[in-house]
Amino acid sequence: MAQGSALDTATAAQSSTTTLSHKLKVVFVRLGVLPFLLLIAIVVFTAISDNFLSGRNLLNVVRQSSYLMLVAVGQMFALLTGGFDLSVGTIVALTSVVGATAMAAAFSMMPDAVWLAITLGVIAGIAAGLFIGAINGFGVAVFGVSPFMMTLGMSSVGFGVALYMTGGTPVYGMPQEFGNVFGFGTVFGVPAPIFVALLVIAGAYVLVNRTRLGRYFYAVGGNVKAASLSGISTRLTLFLAYLICGGIAAISGMLLTARLDSGEANIGSAMPLESIAACVIAGVSLRGGVGRLENVVLGALFIGLVQNGMNLARIESYLQTVVIGALLIIAVVADQMRLRMSASLQG
Amino acid sequence: MTVAGGKAGGERIVTDTASARPDLAIGETLLSLENVSKRFPGVLALDSVSFELRAGEVHVLFGENGAGKSTMISMIAGVHQPTDGEIVFRGSPVTLQSVHHARSLGISAVFQEFSLVDQLTVEQNLFLGSEPLSRGLLDRRTLHAEAEGILSRLGFPLRPTQIVAHLSRAEQQMVEIAKAFRSELSVLILDEPTASLTERETDRLFELVEQVKARGVGVVYITHRMAEIRRIADRITVLRDGKYIDTVAAENTGEEELVNLMTGRVIDQVFPKIDFDPGAEMLAVEGLSIVGGRVQDAHIVARRGEIVGLAGLVGAGKSRLIRACFGLEKIESGQVRFDGEEVTGKSTREMLDRGFFYIPPDRRAEGLAMIRSCRENISLSSLHLDDFRRSAFLRRGSERRIAQALATKLQLHPLNIERQVGHFSGGNQQKVMLAKCLTREVKLYVFDEPTVGVDVGTRVEIYKFIAELCESGAAVIIISSDLPEVLHLSNRLYVMHRGRVQAELAGKDITQENVLRNFFDQEVA
Repeated sequence: MAQGSALDTATAAQSSTTTLSHKLKVVFVRLGVLPFLLLIAIVVFTAISDNFLSGRNLLNVVRQSSYLMLVAVGQMFALLTGGFDLSVGTIVALTSVVGATAMAAAFSMMPDAVWLAITLGVIAGIAAGLFIGAINGFGVAVFGVSPFMMTLGMSSVGFGVALYMTGGTPVYGMPQEFGNVFGFGTVFGVPAPIFVALLVIAGAYVLVNRTRLGRYFYAVGGNVKAASLSGISTRLTLFLAYLICGGIAAISGMLLTARLDSGEANIGSAMPLESIAACVIAGVSLRGGVGRLENVVLGALFIGLVQNGMNLARIESYLQTVVIGALLIIAVVADQMRLRMSASLQG
Repeated sequence: MTVAGGKAGGERIVTDTASARPDLAIGETLLSLENVSKRFPGVLALDSVSFELRAGEVHVLFGENGAGKSTMISMIAGVHQPTDGEIVFRGSPVTLQSVHHARSLGISAVFQEFSLVDQLTVEQNLFLGSEPLSRGLLDRRTLHAEAEGILSRLGFPLRPTQIVAHLSRAEQQMVEIAKAFRSELSVLILDEPTASLTERETDRLFELVEQVKARGVGVVYITHRMAEIRRIADRITVLRDGKYIDTVAAENTGEEELVNLMTGRVIDQVFPKIDFDPGAEMLAVEGLSIVGGRVQDAHIVARRGEIVGLAGLVGAGKSRLIRACFGLEKIESGQVRFDGEEVTGKSTREMLDRGFFYIPPDRRAEGLAMIRSCRENISLSSLHLDDFRRSAFLRRGSERRIAQALATKLQLHPLNIERQVGHFSGGNQQKVMLAKCLTREVKLYVFDEPTVGVDVGTRVEIYKFIAELCESGAAVIIISSDLPEVLHLSNRLYVMHRGRVQAELAGKDITQENVLRNFFDQEVA
């Protein structure tokens, strides 16, 4: 406590001579790089394009980002436990193909039972995603395969299966209603994908912050040994992290399928990078144990914002991937700087 | 920082624990080990040891490093299971499957190595694994209230919402101790708990120990400090080399008798006789302070042909002082001279090339690449020397010959230089570390905790090795928390305390009392 009071007086002394740069430093250490990036993005794109700040465009951005938001929220579970999931893109693609195929088959067999076909298709699609997530979780938790190898391997497996099933061509034949409701419809005036994303985010928020399981994700990612000494089943926790990640990515996959009105094997390839970027920009630690859900949602929104802004500014899509990759690296570098700064502010 | 008083939740815990299991009267046997042995691959860490803990006593485990104390408490705490023998708890044999299981029976251990999740808060750590729930969701209010209750009852000045990573070591230790008080307690195991506590915190801890004693809790306490033994011990069990030596009552056992029991007669044979012939000054440190203040205004000198000891508690700054000279810590002020030249703030590579060799304490983390062969480890820091390369290419034949010769000289066992270092025993890994420093010309050897986790046999070989280095004219510094080690090997001895060099002792003045007097503030005097 001697140290504590010394710290207090130190901060008091500092605040009397507070400079703007010190204030910014404190904000940076506390909130991470995201607020700064958001601010820069909004200022830059507002200057470039008049349309950028219009309500219509912003709603558009949120709708477009809702798919990434979902995947990033799923990704966060894997990251919290100190791993990551490179197969989220494959999960989105496989979900889309399996869901669309099942839905089209059910619909052609019983053209009258539209909603039954839709329900069956959605269940099949999400089950496919959960299956990949379960295999990932099993490999990581039970066999101790590194998350990198496990999910990288599964992303090849899942992608191959999706292509094999479709021969590379889109799957058509789903009932019109599916696209109309989940792709283009609105609920209480809110576009359906946003509505679903909000529901999932609310559920994930409760899970992460208000349940034991949520706490255990942080504990396992923070210190596996301490977690298991506390009687936490680290295997089950790891397994569930990948299962949840797969499940949420699958929901995103079904929503994308509805939007595209077809099952596609080649969607989601940018998802692994973008979802990890969204999390890392939002301050989720790659070492595990640190991260806040609300920031992850903002992180995904930020990436959507940047993509939208670049579209409005007519930046070529090839160049856009350069920007996203660069942003990811900047976020990681900023995270390292933040660690160092927080140590210096402590000391 | 103030501590808010315990509210309703806290009160509840107090009464819970106070009324805990009234079935055993003070003085009855609470827990016993019967002929317990523990074998790790290659070592018999504990050899048929019996031990009895009574309700309401403080039972100190006493012995040298590697005597088997830690192994013993790790079995009581449920970390390891005995290879042979039985643990009897409250009259019936138990198999403690895990730490969690032991804790659920009321057996809680506070280890030296903390098991806290740095990223979580104090209160989250306190209740990790048994968070209070209401309607299936975390009950944050109860969690907070109970955490506050425990902390204020223990008198620890911590805020429950502080992130553990931001706490000092002593504060983290408090969290670790508080965890043991979370549930109903019948056996409390404390492994050198005061090593990083201030005097006031230590007093507070001892008050607590008295409190739990009065409630019939049995306390197993590991310490090397005579002052603490005199202060709180009821009985003392002495272990040596994994064997049970004796159990004595604290009040009628003197210090000397304890030390005799602890070391046996082995001591004359363990430490070699060294002829010191101090020559030219090799390392001179003047007024050195490092960034962060963990070393302040330190002065030390090491000469050729002598062994200089650096003693002090964990965290006293003795390692950091040398690491600063070796280019591993940032220097704030002061001067370092090596072999007559000013080298303040030079890089590690440069210090190595000048003949300064530092052998780090943690072989796994800093010393060796565990999955590579002995040969590669031995040659690693010398690969740029002509013995090991011809222009840009490695001379593998020469490398193999040198490594083989060194391994033979140090009696590496098994003598196979292509074997992964990680597969050797701790003592043999240490020999590989020593071999590393023989691949080049070295003028100053620094051994940082050279015999941690090393059995007595290997220890003798390491001491002999160090003695030979010194007699061949090199300067040697030994940094050690193991008191007998520095007492017996040093020609001169510096004692550090809280980042400062507290005393310099030489020749006959190097005694346990003199060292201990400077270990703490005024505790021993």
